[in-house]
Amino acid sequence: MRPAAGRFVRVAETETRARLTLSFDGETVSALEGDTVLTALLTARRSLRKAEFGPERRAGFCLMGACQDCWVWQEDGVRLQACRTPARDGMRLRSGAPEIWPDIGADTGPETTP
Amino acid sequence: MTRVLIVGAGPAGIRAAETLAAAGLRPQIVDEGERAGGQIYRRPPPGFTRPPRSLYGSEATKAVALHRTFDGLVREGRVDHLPRATVFALADGVAHIVQEGTVRRIAYDRLILATGASDRLAPVPGWQAPGVYSLGAMQIALKSQGVALGRRLVLAGSGPLLTLVAHQLIKAGADVAAVLDTAPLAAQAAGGVSMALARPLVTLRGLVLRARLGRHYHPGATLDRIEADAGGPTALRWRDAAGRARVSSCDAVALGWHLRAETHLADLAGARFEWSPIWHQWLPVADAMGRAGNGLYLAGDGLRLLGADGAEIAGRLAAIACLRDMSLAASDPGKDLRRLARMTSFAKGVASAFPWPADMVRNLSGETVLCRCEGVTVADARSALALAGPEANRVKSLARVGMGRCQGRYCQLAGAEIVAGETGRTLCEVGRLRAQPPVRPIPVSAFLQADPDT
Repeated sequence: MRPAAGRFVRVAETETRARLTLSFDGETVSALEGDTVLTALLTARRSLRKAEFGPERRAGFCLMGACQDCWVWQEDGVRLQACRTPARDGMRLRSGAPEIWPDIGADTGPETTP
Repeated sequence: MTRVLIVGAGPAGIRAAETLAAAGLRPQIVDEGERAGGQIYRRPPPGFTRPPRSLYGSEATKAVALHRTFDGLVREGRVDHLPRATVFALADGVAHIVQEGTVRRIAYDRLILATGASDRLAPVPGWQAPGVYSLGAMQIALKSQGVALGRRLVLAGSGPLLTLVAHQLIKAGADVAAVLDTAPLAAQAAGGVSMALARPLVTLRGLVLRARLGRHYHPGATLDRIEADAGGPTALRWRDAAGRARVSSCDAVALGWHLRAETHLADLAGARFEWSPIWHQWLPVADAMGRAGNGLYLAGDGLRLLGADGAEIAGRLAAIACLRDMSLAASDPGKDLRRLARMTSFAKGVASAFPWPADMVRNLSGETVLCRCEGVTVADARSALALAGPEANRVKSLARVGMGRCQGRYCQLAGAEIVAGETGRTLCEVGRLRAQPPVRPIPVSAFLQADPDT
């Protein structure tokens, strides 16, 4: 069986929640307030990204922050665990790390703090 | 004031915090969750409307009581709660924590670890496909997100969670194609006797849930392989107790063989470990109260896999031990110790009723992925043995079994089983993977943004 839409199916809590919009690899994804990033992405899609060490794709595994299978990136370079991060309206996400190293605000770090 | 740090705000951590607060201490409690409750009593995000009865079933009263207790402690300022925070290292009385992308350091005098457990996983050929999840993941998704992880689900493995999650999913309207329990009925009956003697009501409740699964439930199943295409699982191939080949078509699979204690922090804190033949895993050593070292206390499923009720008791006991060691007044633990003994008898019954599938793992084909993180195969592990010898940490160094991002949480036991099977050693001799900080991957940016004051 191969349904076209997302991997996850909403079976409860669909009545009262506000709608959100985020983007993933430039595509618009619609979600609900209270969704994790994982729920938001996988109710619309089948996977998050390609596996780094094999031919398969990744779609999360433990949903409790232990397995690190659900990594996605913000466009500014910050890596997220999709299962532990609440989706926010306007979030811009991607399936891989940006090619340019992110500005991580190193000038506020402890080495340069007077 | 003595600084007591509690790691984990599940049933054990919450009861420990409550007990310390009642004695006038103000513990800090660090937890990865958004809201306290832990995994089994995990709370949905604000705005979700299902009542506790629908989320927690027969355990709703306990869940609500625990949440209320903790929220009250926080509201009254009697505990310092750090949510969304991960302890990734412990050294010299300092907990290294990442919260909101920033590293913080918290010094403590005494430490209570209530780190819980996660699913105990065994590889099944094809389990690296997207759409294969842990059983716990299926439950978390349903409880805290209101989603099923696929349109047609196969649940496989063994343990109380298998029946419970199947029941919860079916009740929520999900399509469960099959529930495959690798435990044969004979083992279940034998373990079930000890379970029923220790906790008759809980055992009966489990049997009722099981009966409701009806034709979905198959005991004594052998899992052969997860068929998948690029989009994920398409079917699970298995054999029933009579050995007949069966195929269950599906687009999602959940796997889990009871629980694995989360012990990385206990290891870093200096706890001693022993191989537990009952729970079939390495567990930290502690006295009946949970003392595991000087100023170190362990409670809940991270110490002994007794479940939520046992965790509440163990949390109180660890806090009482902590108070007594500080020469502070604490209530008499006698009653809790007796209850804990009963929980232990029950849990031992559970462990023997729903055993780890040792033979299945030892017989895995070479191309089976053993480490999901890095795609290390069973053959990779077997071929490393000639150089590494039969020792878990050396096999990790050479074949990277346990070196990936989950840090061995989901492959350590299967890896040890394969080494033991190949070399004729016992699991105890194969050894235990030493925990290494950081116990979770931490972005470098979090260190650069560390609070300079701490």
